[in-house]
Parts: sequence; C-alpha cells; structure tokens
Amino acid sequence: MRRRTAVPAVAVGVTLGMVLAACGGGSDEGGDNQSGKAEAKQNAAVGQIFKPSTKKGGTIRYANADDFDSVDPGDTYYGYAWDFARYYCRSLTMFDTKPGDEGNKIVPDLAESLGTPSDGGKTWTYKLRSGVKFEDGTPITSKDVKYAVERSLDKSVLKNGPTYFNDLLDLQGYPGAFKDPSPDKLGLKAIETPDDQTIVFHLKEAFGGFDYIAMLPATCPVPRDKDTGSKYKEHVVSSGPYMFDTYEAGKSFSLKRNPNWDPATDPHRAALPDRIEMQLHVNANDIDNRLMSGDLDVDVQSIGVQAATQAQILNDPNLAKNTDNPTLARTWFAAINPDVAPLDNIDCRKAVLYAADHDGYLRAFGGSVGGELPTSLLPPSIPGWQDIDLYNFKEHKTGDPEAAKQSLQACGQPNGFSTNLAYRSDRPTEKAAAEALQASLAKVGIKATLKGYPSGDYFALYAGKPSYAKSNNLGIMLHGWGADWPDGYGFLSQLVDSRTIRESGGNYNLTVKDPEIDKLLDEARTKTSIEAQQPFWAQIDKKVMEDATILPGVWAKVLLYRPTRLTNVYVNEGLGGYYDFVQLGVQE
Amino acid sequence: MTIAPEPTATELTEPVGESVDGAGKIEGRSLGRIAWGRLKRDRVALAGGAIVLLLILVAILAPVIVKYLGHPPNEPHHELVDDTRGTAIGKWGGISRDYLFGVEPQSGRDLFSRVVYGARVSLLIAFLATLLSMVIGTVMGVLAGYFGGWVDTLIARTMDVFLAFPLLLFAIAIVGVIPDQAFGLRGNALRMAILIFIIGFFSWPYIGRIIRGQTLSLREREFVESARSLGARAPYIMFRELLPNLVAPILVYTTLLIPTNILFEAALSYLGVGVIPPTASWGGMLADATQSSWYRVAPNFMVFPGLAIFVTVLAFNLFGDGLRDALDPKGR
Repeated sequence: MRRRTAVPAVAVGVTLGMVLAACGGGSDEGGDNQSGKAEAKQNAAVGQIFKPSTKKGGTIRYANADDFDSVDPGDTYYGYAWDFARYYCRSLTMFDTKPGDEGNKIVPDLAESLGTPSDGGKTWTYKLRSGVKFEDGTPITSKDVKYAVERSLDKSVLKNGPTYFNDLLDLQGYPGAFKDPSPDKLGLKAIETPDDQTIVFHLKEAFGGFDYIAMLPATCPVPRDKDTGSKYKEHVVSSGPYMFDTYEAGKSFSLKRNPNWDPATDPHRAALPDRIEMQLHVNANDIDNRLMSGDLDVDVQSIGVQAATQAQILNDPNLAKNTDNPTLARTWFAAINPDVAPLDNIDCRKAVLYAADHDGYLRAFGGSVGGELPTSLLPPSIPGWQDIDLYNFKEHKTGDPEAAKQSLQACGQPNGFSTNLAYRSDRPTEKAAAEALQASLAKVGIKATLKGYPSGDYFALYAGKPSYAKSNNLGIMLHGWGADWPDGYGFLSQLVDSRTIRESGGNYNLTVKDPEIDKLLDEARTKTSIEAQQPFWAQIDKKVMEDATILPGVWAKVLLYRPTRLTNVYVNEGLGGYYDFVQLGVQE
Repeated sequence: MTIAPEPTATELTEPVGESVDGAGKIEGRSLGRIAWGRLKRDRVALAGGAIVLLLILVAILAPVIVKYLGHPPNEPHHELVDDTRGTAIGKWGGISRDYLFGVEPQSGRDLFSRVVYGARVSLLIAFLATLLSMVIGTVMGVLAGYFGGWVDTLIARTMDVFLAFPLLLFAIAIVGVIPDQAFGLRGNALRMAILIFIIGFFSWPYIGRIIRGQTLSLREREFVESARSLGARAPYIMFRELLPNLVAPILVYTTLLIPTNILFEAALSYLGVGVIPPTASWGGMLADATQSSWYRVAPNFMVFPGLAIFVTVLAFNLFGDGLRDALDPKGR
C-alpha cells in the first residue's frame, strides 16, 4: 500500500529501493528517510499514505471553527470527535488505521479479538487485552468498560451521543449509571463481567453488526471514581497514547503523552507528535488561511475549505497539489414532508423531484469537487449500494419540467402550489442550494418560500420537530446525513426508521414514514452477518425513492487542505473521510 | 448599530413671519422660497438631492431598467459560472455588456439586476420606517414639550428607555419567533412589515427629543401666548400654531434619519434577519459576499452592493445637511 506517487527527476533510471537507501544516509529530514521525497499532488493521501513516517516528536496544531459537542467519549456524536477521541480513548474495537479499503475493516483495540457471537447473535463476548492501563497507572478492567456504557445510556446527563446501546441492549428498564440504585453502580444485567478481562453484551434481538457498536467511543473505559457526570469532559481519564494537559472550556485544550500507555498493547496507533494543541471557535476563513500559510496543521472538523478558498486553491496548482478530495459516506438532500398539503399526495412530491435542478444543487456544494449528482439516498461508498435512478436524474441534470407538470396534473394541482422551504441559515452552501431549488421549482409553478433557521436548533426545535414543521407548512427541508460507520445500518437506521420519530423534536428522520421500510430494517438487523444484511440496504433505498419523501441533492466529497508540514497522512475511509488523526506526524 | 443623527443644540426654528437675515431686496418672500434660494447655491447638497431623486426613480422603475439592461434578478445562469470554482467564467467577475456588474458566484445571477432591485427593498423599508418614526416622534415631542410636567417626564423617560433598548438583539429575536403568517400578511410582505415596524418604532426618540426641545422654546413665544389668551385650546395651539413652525426641523431630521435606517436595514439583512432570500437586498448581498469570503475571488460581488449603500447614504446625508443649512443658516 505504501506506494510512492512519483520519483524525483534525478532518480530516473535508478531503482526506487536504491534511491530510498541513498536518502537514508545523509537525510536530516528525520527518522523517516522517505519523507523528503514524496511529491505532493492532489489526492496523494487518498488510498495511500503520503509521506510515511515513524519519526516521533513535535507539536501538532489543530483548530475548530466551532466547539466539540463534548470531548467526553460517552457524550459525543460528531464524526471528527470520534476520530479525535482515538488519541485519548480506546474502545473495544476500531477501524483499522490503514489507508484505502482496509480502513473500512473493524479490528480489535482494547479487546484482544473481535466479538464472539453466541445465542444466534443475541450475545456478544469480548476479552480485553492484558497490560492496558489508565493514565494514572490503574489497570483497565472489563468493569470500567461496563460502567462507561452504562453511563452513556443516561441521555438526560450525557445528551449528545447516539442511542445504539439504548436501542440494542436488553435494558429491562435500567436507567443508566447515574440513577443506578446498586452501590457499585454496575446494576445493568444486559452486560456481564464474569472476570476482569471478559465482557458480555446481551441484546434484545440478534444483531449481526455488533462489532461496529463496540467501536463507539462510549465503550472507552471510564474509572467510576473519577466520573463527574456532565463535567467529566473537563478531565477525561485517558486510556490511549495521549492525556489531557490543559482544558479551557470553549477556548482551547492540549494533550501530552500518556506515560502509562504501552505501545506493545496497541498495534494500531502511531502516536508520533509529543504534543497536541487544539484551538476552538476559530473563524473558518481564518482556519483556511492559516492552513495554507503553515500556521496550522489540521482543521479538525474536516468539512472542507470554504467555497471561496476552493476557488482560490483550484486556480493555483501550487495550492491544489496540497489537497485531498475524498468521497464521504454522506448525502445532502431535501426531505419532502408528507404531513403538509398538498405534499401528502405522492404525485405532488414526485413533481418536486422531477422539477428540481440537480446541477444547481450540486453547484451550491462546490460542483464536482463537492460531490457527485446522486440518483438515490444511499451513498455509493456503502457496501451493497445499487444504482437506482427511478426519476432519470442523470438524464435531466437541470430538472425535467415536462414530467413535473404531468405529476402536478396527476396530483390535481396543474398550476403548481405554495409551500415553505427550510434550510440552515448559517450554512452558505445550504442557502445557495435552497435558492437553486426554489428557482427550479418556480419554473413549474411550485412557489417555495425560503425559511432559514439556526443550525444549532434545526432538529431540536424546527425541522426536526413534527408539530413545528406541520404548523409552519415546512414542505421541503434541507438536510444532510453521514454514515455513523460505512455500512447500510450505520447510515439508514437513524434516518429512515419511522419509529425513531419523536413528537418532542430532535429527529433526524424528518419525512420517511413507511411501515414497509421499518419492516425491512428489522429483517436486516436480524441477519447475523454484515454480508447477509447488504441486499436490504439497496431495497430500502429504492423504497425511499419510490415514496418520493426524499430528494437526493449531493453524494458528498470534501476538499481538504493538507499542509506540507504533516507527515504520515491518509484519509481513513472507515471514519468517513477524515484524516486518520492518531497516525499524523509533523516535520519540523 | 444605528447611529442616530446628532441632535444639535442649535435652534432650528425661526417662527414664520419673523425677519430672516440675508433676505434680500424683495420683501414678503416666504421662508420656503428663501430656503430654496440658499439650497440652490449649495452645489453639494443639490448633487446629493439629484442622486436621491435618481435612486428613487431607479427603485420605482427597477422592472423596466432590468428588462432593458439586465436579467431577472433571481434567475440562475449556471452556464456563466465555473462548475468547481464557483466563480464567473469571464474576466472581472463576468462583467460584460450583458452583465454590467458581472454575475454572482455559484448561481450566476445578474448582479446589476440584484443591485437595482435591492434599491427597492432598501428605500422602501427606510422611507416607511422613517415616516413611522417621524409621525410618532413629532406627536410625542409636541405633547411632551407643550404640556410639560408629568406628561413630559413620562414621555422623556420612555424615550430614554427606547434609546437604551438593545434594538439589534431585539430585532434578531423577534424575526426568529414571528409565525408563518400574521396580520393578514405572509412571507416577504410580513417580514418587511415587521422590519419597518421595528426600525420605525424604535427610532422615533431621535426625532422626538429634538421636537420636544423645539416645542419647549416655542411655547414661550409671544404668538403662542396671544393664541392662548384669545382662548385657543391645546390641540389648536399644538397643531396650528406650533406644528407649522416645526416643519423645518422635522424635514431636516427626517432626511437625516433615512440614511441611518438604510444602514440599519442593511445591518439586519447582513445578519440574516432582513428580507427573505432570494429577494435581493444590499445588506444580504454583502453578507453572502463576506460570509464565505467570496470577495477574495469575486470582488465585484462585494463592491457593487457596498458602493450602492455608500452612495445612497452619502447622498441622503449631503442633501440633509444642505437642507439644514438652507433652513437655518445660523446653525452653521
């Protein structure tokens, strides 16, 4: 895999091995004798390692345009936070720290091997590695893992994380560790710890993909006596190669090496820099400029450079060669609300799908650099994906007004209708997409009034709250969704299952309410192998498109700037298009 | 934030009929004619006035202008924009004979048309809001100044409260909670009505304070005394005796409040609580240009709406200053 991308001009005619050997002698580039020879080019860190290195030392500088939802591993639901947590927390399993397809593979991390299913996939057993310790030297036991999962169940204290454990474990009414009546706070019967090395999970129903669940940061061990509930994020106790040094809420934090981390127990982390610094709430344009000037190493959010920076980079080959443009398991789309008249009529919804300007939608997200024109909801990087183009999006890139008018006729609104279009007003890309969509709908007489909402409360109070969406006539709501892990279940389960919709708000499934889809999800869940689940994903995808409750907008890609100071860089596909943070190094 | 026109201590009123210096040879000229005579000599103010007139014409005739010189303001022209860069394909941000100000990045909308249509939003909101604050301010100012006592105290304190109000935060909050439709209005009409109300209702104290001060000094004048001794009632004195003498300061401060309100509307649009996109407004265009820093690669996106705001505010200010000088030469 560690394929070099180019050979320097002077080395032409000499074998690659000799060049590398020659460099090894006098190179003062550091411990890695290849680092100076890597030629930067676009996507040099996609599918392969750019500037592989084993040289330790230096400080790597991160910045975040916003703030983490939390650095507490039991309380976070941002992909970048899950990636970053690998610095200081070890979950039972993890995505392999390798470029390309191998990054999609689940490997044991704190556990010594992947889970052993029994009882037809209803029970999963993991054995911990020996010799693993917390930052204070205390050995990590299976009870610490059990406690960590138990505390993450209490969403009234730790609000942010996903609810997979709540949904899958056989809780029997267990309220979470903070309200646990038993004195040792280990009262959950669904998780057993027969000895200090072994942990057994009992599920409500068989679930074949449990190794993905064991990858969640919520399985990172938490010592009970150090847990302060919602304040634990101020000092997370490390089980990984780095531990918190400073923490200033909302401003910055830094990590230093954890002396009690034993590399012998951890085959998957390079842990090259000596120190990690993170600045929070840095202006997004400022981040772009500092990455390009070398004052900063990584934009932790990894949502890509700003639109104008993208133009600047593409105009300058010297900048463009330092970028990566990986594909994400993410779809930007518009949810079409069947609760709102006249979109309760499927033909009216189809009219929206036909009339939409797909090219305009894509351009709002950066054209072919920002993604590709989708034909269904499920992104192609999900195993089991099939090409479904029910509405001929590919043929009618700028919309199909004729078909739209026929659909309008069929739904009894031949002159079009009025509705509202919700989007996140603080996201310029979504605003541009909303305007493009509105202009194309207007051509067939569908009058959409734009309604912008703050992204912070978009799902809790506005689009994600069914009563609000209905009373405010939100017929179309812009949305984007990335897979929690690159798998159909990880993408679809929280997005199209109608049983996840709560009247109180906070929904991510805005419009898909089809009992048949729920049934397909249940069927897929009980298949014990991931391969056996795969045919279901395409089936669900097709059903969603038939229902016309979702207008896919973009299968996303992202343009990342890769500062020249970074070494050992590659995009981890399992993590969903982020650089593999724990592998990054810096050259001074 | 809003910057209110500076209330000057200078007395602006000269009761009608009293002598005016520099009146010239001809006797019996009205104050209006005298003021016009002064204004005519003030070329800067005249230029400002001409631009103001031109802007009003542009706003009214926007559809006609755009029909001949541009393209529909909300019509995307994707063929003019580079697919991945998002910038215009032509030079200088796509400026050409067909697209006088170039095109917007990503969507390719005609910037000229959007700036022209933006004038409608800016001027309409600023004019109506100013009208509202002028009416409230004048009525409250005259009442406070004429009656004095507890009425004055009440109104003056109310004005203090309004001036201390964190207007921008209030505007953001109220726009966030307004329902889909209210008062028989919906969509953009509702949004504009609310903007007019917020801007107008909260800037009346700027005019109110000045009118109050003027009324305070006017009510001690002999012509008010004589009217009162003849048995005139308060409403008659206020609206027949005092108001005609307050026309000059009202006119001047109204003219000076308009540019302030234009800036305030732009600020609200910039913060995303102005008119609903895709309706073009100058502040909204500036916001689009800066928030994703498009201005770095497409300067025309920022320059033209910015220039429009600049020229408009400058023209109104120059004209307003000239008007003040003409109506009250002692104030110089």
